[in-house]
Amino acid sequence: MSPFAQEVPLSWYLLLSSVLFSLGVVGFLIKRNLITVFMSIELMLNAVNLSFVTFAHEWHAVKGQIFVFFVMMVAAAEAAVGLAIIIAVFRARATLSVDRINLMKL
Amino acid sequence: MNVHLHLWLIPLLPFVGFLLNGILGARLPRWLVTVIGLVAPLVSFVVVANAARSFFGLGSALVSIPYIETCPFSWISIGTLHVDFSFVLDQLSLVMLLVVTGVGFLIHIYSVGYMLGDRGFARYFAYLNLFLFFMTLLVLAGNTLLMFVGWEGVGLASYLLIGFWYQKDSAASAGKKAFIVNRIGDFGFLIGIFLLIGNFGTLTFAEIGAKLSANPAWQGGILTVIALCLLLGATGKSAQLPLYIWLPDAMEGPTPVSALIHAATMVTAGVYMIARTHVLFDHAPFALGVVAVVGAATAIFAATIGLVQNDIKRVLAYSTISQLGYMFLGCGVAAYSAAVFHLVTHAFFKALLFLAAGSVIHAVGGEQDMRKMGGLRKHLPVTFWTMTTAVLAIAGFPPLAGFFSKDAILFAAFQQGPSGMLLWFVGLVTALLTSLYMFRLWYMTFMGESRSPEVHPHESPWSMLAPLLILALLSICGGWIGIERFSQFLMPSTGARLAESATPHLELYLTAAAVAVALLGWLIADRLYRQKPELPAQLANTVPGAYKLLANKYYVDEIYGATIVKPLLGFSRYMLGWVVDVAILGGIAWLLGGTALLTGAILQRWQSGNLRSYAAWLALGAAAILLFMTAPSMLGAAGVNIHLNWMGR
Repeated sequence: MSPFAQEVPLSWYLLLSSVLFSLGVVGFLIKRNLITVFMSIELMLNAVNLSFVTFAHEWHAVKGQIFVFFVMMVAAAEAAVGLAIIIAVFRARATLSVDRINLMKL
Repeated sequence: MNVHLHLWLIPLLPFVGFLLNGILGARLPRWLVTVIGLVAPLVSFVVVANAARSFFGLGSALVSIPYIETCPFSWISIGTLHVDFSFVLDQLSLVMLLVVTGVGFLIHIYSVGYMLGDRGFARYFAYLNLFLFFMTLLVLAGNTLLMFVGWEGVGLASYLLIGFWYQKDSAASAGKKAFIVNRIGDFGFLIGIFLLIGNFGTLTFAEIGAKLSANPAWQGGILTVIALCLLLGATGKSAQLPLYIWLPDAMEGPTPVSALIHAATMVTAGVYMIARTHVLFDHAPFALGVVAVVGAATAIFAATIGLVQNDIKRVLAYSTISQLGYMFLGCGVAAYSAAVFHLVTHAFFKALLFLAAGSVIHAVGGEQDMRKMGGLRKHLPVTFWTMTTAVLAIAGFPPLAGFFSKDAILFAAFQQGPSGMLLWFVGLVTALLTSLYMFRLWYMTFMGESRSPEVHPHESPWSMLAPLLILALLSICGGWIGIERFSQFLMPSTGARLAESATPHLELYLTAAAVAVALLGWLIADRLYRQKPELPAQLANTVPGAYKLLANKYYVDEIYGATIVKPLLGFSRYMLGWVVDVAILGGIAWLLGGTALLTGAILQRWQSGNLRSYAAWLALGAAAILLFMTAPSMLGAAGVNIHLNWMGR
């Protein structure tokens, strides 16, 4: 256990995680470019990963770290599928503005 | 001792005939349809005759009586109640089976000639075989439930055959009327069955009889209720007051059907049922009295209507109702064997009357109004002589069949004390009326000169005349066995034989009275319809009220229409149709549907297609869930005790 780690309190990690998550949420809500929205989602996922790791370390439980691997794998798969969709949408509509991609409604 | 009689073949063969003719009949040639339709009842009759041989010890071995054949599989088994497919052959069912299959077969032969030109030839024979299937099932049934199956089945066959010419509106509605009126009776029968289950725990006739004879003091009470319920069923099927109204309309069916179903066999099912369950009626004297009164009232009531009818088949229909009334009268004075005796002889001469009437109708080209007939004696000699035999038989002239059986019933009624004498008197008056309307029919149809000279009648083919001759023979000889021997034979099934007369020569006097009224009826008819043909019209004009009342059949149909049918229809149409169906059920359905539509209309605004609004809702939802999850710990901070238990602690 590194001495360095002990000097950083738990709340800092959590604070950083929640700041990152909030940034992700805000970006997800206000950005118009589909790619930026997508990146915001990745930001949120990684904020959650950070808190998982933090708690795993704090409580000496391995479950949290295992869960992080799951999240990373899902995020990687999601990135692949999501980017493919974004490319398909761009080819079809020649735009990536989320306000103009609004055909999926009644 | 253990001969197998193969009773199961008796109903099964007509059923096979029904299936073959019903499914393939339209594609088969006519001769094959005829063969199938005739072989089924013939083989059934042979099986019955073989059973009768064993019965009298003429065959290889004597069977034990009653002979019971049970299907190896049980039918219904609920708790302590067990119902099997069991067939019982005893004296009563043997007599009935001989009549059903014998007369049934003759009428099948007759039908070949009568229905030859009809498009629905195969359909007709399919229905006729179906009827025989259900009727033999009814007769052979060893318990009330199986009997009820046959009972409903013959009702179905009757409905199908009354409405055989369904293109005719009157035939279709006559079929419906028969079916619906019978429903009322069947309702009573069904309630009776339920009460039997509740009070006896069994439906087998033998076990019910055993329980009652083990407990001779059990009288009246629930037994009266059960007996009255069964009686209601019998009045429906056997066309007694107050449910007789369907039978005259049933004459819309083909004439052989009227002969078989609505004269000889099916309508006697009620009498058979009462004789079959007579132990119940013996323990319910009040119900027995009701049976007698219903029978006597129906007998005279229907006979008076029969006096003024002009349709030849309707006269016979009212005559059937009246004769069935005699049988009920016989049952009601506990002379079951006399009632069954009359059932048998009536089957012979009434089938003959109907078949002869069919021959007449056939000859004059479908005309049924007797006012347009007359003088047919010269053209239809065979029909005339056989019909004459039947008329003499039903009027009760010795030594024909009807004389013996009618006499037996009247004699039994007379011996029941003062009330019995009243019943006897009603029966005697009915005998007078019977003779009168039968000879009226006879004179109007065969005697005098033809009233429709343009018609050229022709005698019917031999396939129709042969059954007439056989039935005429039976109408003459059918009663010679005598009530003494007949009731001796039936004693094991229908209880003690008739009491001997206390007064010497009483029977002789009563017989003389019966023959005298029959003669009197003939003389009156002779005067009214031969010597002075203008007299009936004058008579009708002197008492127009009475004539109108009779000609309109006492307005019973109209009364039922106004008091029962109309209120029921109104209730169904307005109360059930509008209030319940449209307002309540429709309202609920409309409310449910409307709620869903309205909710949808509001919620569909959420699906705006705008990605960022979805994102906003998503975030809002996540925040709400987060708040919900963290609320306990916030409360915990406020001093409420909280356990976190999902982290493996």
